[in-house]
Amino acid sequence: MRIGSVALVFTALVAALGAAACGGGEKSAPAPAAPVTNPVDPATAGAVTGKVTFMGTPPPAEPIKMSSDPRCVNPDAKTEAVMVAGDGSLQNVFVYVKDGLGSLKFPVPTTALVLDQKGCQYRPHVFGVQAGQPIEILNSDMTLHNIHAWPQTNQEFNVGQALQGIKDTHVFTTQEIMVPFRCDVHKWMNSFVGVVAHPFFAVTGADGAFELKGLPPGTYTIEAWHEKFGTKTASVTIGAKESKDVPFTFSG
Amino acid sequence: MLLHLFALLTAAATAVLIFAGGLVTSTGSGLSVPDWPNSYGWFMFTFPLENWVGGIFYEHSHRLIASTVGFLILVLAFWLWRAEPRRWVRRLGFIALGAVITQGVLGGITVLWYLPDPISIAHASLAEIVFCLTTTIALVTSPGWRNGYVGRRFSAAGAAQAAPYEDRRLQRVALATLATVYLQIVVGATMRHTDAGLAIPDFPWMFGHLVPDHWDPKIAVHFAHRVGALCVTVMLLLTTGHVFAHHRTRLELLRPSILLLVLVTLQITLGAFTVLSHKEYIINSLHVVTGASVLVTTLILTLRAHRARFADVLGPAGLAADTRLTAGPDHSGAAAGARA
Repeated sequence: MRIGSVALVFTALVAALGAAACGGGEKSAPAPAAPVTNPVDPATAGAVTGKVTFMGTPPPAEPIKMSSDPRCVNPDAKTEAVMVAGDGSLQNVFVYVKDGLGSLKFPVPTTALVLDQKGCQYRPHVFGVQAGQPIEILNSDMTLHNIHAWPQTNQEFNVGQALQGIKDTHVFTTQEIMVPFRCDVHKWMNSFVGVVAHPFFAVTGADGAFELKGLPPGTYTIEAWHEKFGTKTASVTIGAKESKDVPFTFSG
Repeated sequence: MLLHLFALLTAAATAVLIFAGGLVTSTGSGLSVPDWPNSYGWFMFTFPLENWVGGIFYEHSHRLIASTVGFLILVLAFWLWRAEPRRWVRRLGFIALGAVITQGVLGGITVLWYLPDPISIAHASLAEIVFCLTTTIALVTSPGWRNGYVGRRFSAAGAAQAAPYEDRRLQRVALATLATVYLQIVVGATMRHTDAGLAIPDFPWMFGHLVPDHWDPKIAVHFAHRVGALCVTVMLLLTTGHVFAHHRTRLELLRPSILLLVLVTLQITLGAFTVLSHKEYIINSLHVVTGASVLVTTLILTLRAHRARFADVLGPAGLAADTRLTAGPDHSGAAAGARA
């Protein structure tokens, strides 16, 4: 009888904990309603352009050991954390308007941005979305991946994609610089997304260049973020239909 | 005897499980299988072997070993229920079953909730309790515990001269050591799950000093673990020193004492190399399981030191042995007698 009581208590405990567990993995809440029209007058819109460079000797890209999954092995795979061209151009820098837009609201694109898992690496390695814009996560590999996003302010999630071709869609609702993604199956896989409340962001390519176009006249704080070298900020004022160049330089 | 061997197997399997759990955290694989109790939608036991890749290998192996241990404890509990005459031992079986079920649920929750520190630390701490329970069952079902231990200088026929006796000083120091070791393991689990394992990156110095010259919560936890190691070492030296000084003819105390000295030396070495190797995952996991071994060896020593207290629940053979209980060692002056 006493053993029966103990068993009953444990059953209740397990049920309670199980029920609690089911509530922990919620997906992101729907994005708040956004205006459908752009508040910026195209007749006066200007732009901020620039180039991000690295000064000094950059750390070399390391080969990635993928031996823990035979379906991933790629002898040419290298880390993408620091990618510097011969002329010092720094790739994978997220550049965005940090401040200066006031209370302007912008329409949110409904087209999903694709984060692909291909060759057991994320494509792209660094990217940006507007808060509320869907991200479609695709598994193009012949192996399993888990996609684990661990933001500070948005909703954390961890989903598994066991088969090639599987897609999942997620939405981050709040601005956050940056949200890291990682795959806990393949430790070398990581990616970063910058979630911003407006459309004025860019990621530098191999030439280190960026362009933030369609900005209304005003004074802005521009920030450049790099996963290894941190952040740099600059202030710029643009007039109607004006384009200003804002260079950023990182060093190791 | 068969029941004892099965209990031993269960305790050994629990040690393997703790090592596997150490591998999961050491390799950062805790979230490599995002669902629970299924694995990527598959029923756990039908998850295809070719998918045991990367971090999944560690996490899924841990789940299967945990299921095996759970099943072994289930069988053990019912075996005890059917065959064990001592009520408290039967209860111990069901407590172990409840603990391992709770442990499994904690493991599931920590995955579904993305490894929150309190749940992960509770999972690691309860694992040690499960190991202690299975070890205790293995110990109290052993012939030595039930029938009385034989001293080193005596044959079985001379067991009467080597009969156990209560040494209250040993009982107290062993119990205090056991509590210290467990506390140290909980601090270690806290350090592990708050990612403070390299908060102090050098050894034996701390940022080049005897005591850290700057502090944050992680450094404090790490420092507490190092201080804990010192406390555990001192307590173990006190306990084993007492055994060497006063009970060297009692093999049931001498053997775990020698083993403890070996284990604590190994454990400190592994702890140092965990830091110096920047948490190399095999060394790190061996540090976890060796810590658990220190705990259960201390538990065995403590229980054996307290064995006379259980005399009233021993079987006829044990009762006969415990009627031979003699006075305690001269130094303590604590007379002890049979409680039967």
